[in-house]
Amino acid sequence: MQLSELRGHQHHGDRAFRTLAVGAAALVVLVLGLIAVTMTRRAWPAFGDAFFTSTRWSAADGIFGALPFIWGTLYTSAIAIAIAVPVSLGVALFVTQVAPPWLKKPMVSMIDLLAVVPSVVFGLWGVLVLSQHFGLGRSFLTAGIILAIMIVPIITSLAREVIETTPAAEKEAALALGATRWEMIGASVLPHSKGGLVGAVMLGLGRAMGETIAAALVIGSALGQITLNPFAPGNSMPAVIANEWGEADQPHKAALIALAVTLFVITIAVNLIATAIVQRSMKRSRGT
Amino acid sequence: MKKTIVLSALAALSVASCNKKDEGGGAVKDDKSGAKMTEGKAESGQVSLDASGSTFQKAYQEASIEGFTKANQGMKINYGGGGSGKGRQDLADQVVDFAGADSPYKDADLAKNKGGDVLYFPILLGAITLSYNVDGVDQLQLSPPTIAKIFQRDIKKWNDPAIAADNPSAKLPDANIVVAHRSDGSGTTDNFTKYLDKTATGVWKLKSGSTVEWPADTQAGNGNPGVAQIVKSTKGAIGYVDLSDAKASGLKYASVKNQGGKFVEPSADSASAAGDGIEVKDNLLFSALDPKGDAAYPITYQSWVIAYAKQTDHAKGTALKAYLKYLVTEGQAQLKPLDFAPLPKSLADKAVAQLDKLQVP
Repeated sequence: MQLSELRGHQHHGDRAFRTLAVGAAALVVLVLGLIAVTMTRRAWPAFGDAFFTSTRWSAADGIFGALPFIWGTLYTSAIAIAIAVPVSLGVALFVTQVAPPWLKKPMVSMIDLLAVVPSVVFGLWGVLVLSQHFGLGRSFLTAGIILAIMIVPIITSLAREVIETTPAAEKEAALALGATRWEMIGASVLPHSKGGLVGAVMLGLGRAMGETIAAALVIGSALGQITLNPFAPGNSMPAVIANEWGEADQPHKAALIALAVTLFVITIAVNLIATAIVQRSMKRSRGT
Repeated sequence: MKKTIVLSALAALSVASCNKKDEGGGAVKDDKSGAKMTEGKAESGQVSLDASGSTFQKAYQEASIEGFTKANQGMKINYGGGGSGKGRQDLADQVVDFAGADSPYKDADLAKNKGGDVLYFPILLGAITLSYNVDGVDQLQLSPPTIAKIFQRDIKKWNDPAIAADNPSAKLPDANIVVAHRSDGSGTTDNFTKYLDKTATGVWKLKSGSTVEWPADTQAGNGNPGVAQIVKSTKGAIGYVDLSDAKASGLKYASVKNQGGKFVEPSADSASAAGDGIEVKDNLLFSALDPKGDAAYPITYQSWVIAYAKQTDHAKGTALKAYLKYLVTEGQAQLKPLDFAPLPKSLADKAVAQLDKLQVP
């Protein structure tokens, strides 16, 4: 009788836990869905007239083309990734494979500390030091560099954790076969952690695309700029929203919300692609 | 807000507990007088006004809040910035008790105001300077068409004939012009471009608004300080900056040709003079841009406090009325040191008279 009571109790708890877990999961989906629905509804009027094709953004004429801002977001994020990925991977490999144990801990906490710095601090530093002292001006490149500094900690700490999961046996096997440390990293560490590394980079990309204040301060706020010239001033979606929201009337407001929806969709797409890549490479590594 | 709620809840509790003692009959006399004191404190402590809006008038609001709350202990006023658009929206949604704004509601939006009719109280005037950074030029004169040409990049050199024509005696260098403007949506941009739209007809093509389509070969800075900083650190730069920020950054600024054909330097006095030469509607709406009068600086703009005509809360309404009165009378003395312009007497009198229209239950 005691046993059955216990079982019944357990069953009850299981059910409660199940409900809680499902409820929590559903809540997240619900919130995301509601955000998407309400934002899209409020943005709807702006999506009509060539929102994705026009390069003009004029509140006075009521013409809102987001193309230059989409370009600015993608371009600055690409610059940020190009700078941050080699640095982050280098640091992660150094910390896990090369650094002596006494150096490892302080380095890890130093990098994690970078992640705590508020973005406005990076932005101001960018304005005062990068664009003025080093004469980079306010440009795609300045924004890209600032974004790179901001995403290095995320990518590094994720990459470090992924790399550390490489089984010691695999590494030792490579070394036993006469591989140098560099060859060992290429032969066992990197193939093992490829999926996780791609995921880390994609998460960094997601943050770079959504970064607002730092980008708004250093990107230059120039309109209609679709150019590969990194020294040109430009604009990005979150920067435009932050800059123009305070004084915006309709239909300007709807256009800004439409920018937010576009950013939302692009970041979700990036994350979905990241998940897909991670899963595929995990499957492959399991297969071989 | 939360603090206020907690405070008033505490006050209510203490009053209630004291009352209970009273009912008990055996209350000590000291206790009773103590209760009264708490009650009095609670009443004044409850009054808290929230506001948001124009960053242009923020410095004046902050100075006035300090002055006013010092004289009226227990009153609390919060003025958050956020821009005129945010202020108008917040007031429309009844999130704040009053709003600061550099331009009024659009007629189409008035119906969306949840609290009914609104009143506009002008509180200050201010000059928008054309600040520049050109070596060897300490006095610069500009006429509206020249300003328009500079800011839309028709003119790219400081020794351009158009600038030379405005400055017959100045030695203008063969240097490139760098144009600095706001990166954020702003009432300053709105008024500056409205001024050019009005005075440089046929020349100015960028229209007007809180953000306009600046050419790509210009520089953008955040807020008045951001533009001032670009001008200060860039040789050959010119930008529109409000007088207080231009002075704070130690910038040189141009005299601008007014309606009477005189070149006038921006100052608190020349901006106040602008307030005398304008047409004011019955609801106290006006534009101080391009006024009449030889002493008036033409790129002058104004800021209002907007509040609902029908107040719903006695304590808040009374406090609001007192504070508004302070803003348009006593407080005006603080404007000059802040490099704003006080209202001319004609306008201040109208603002005081309008206080009667503010209905407090």
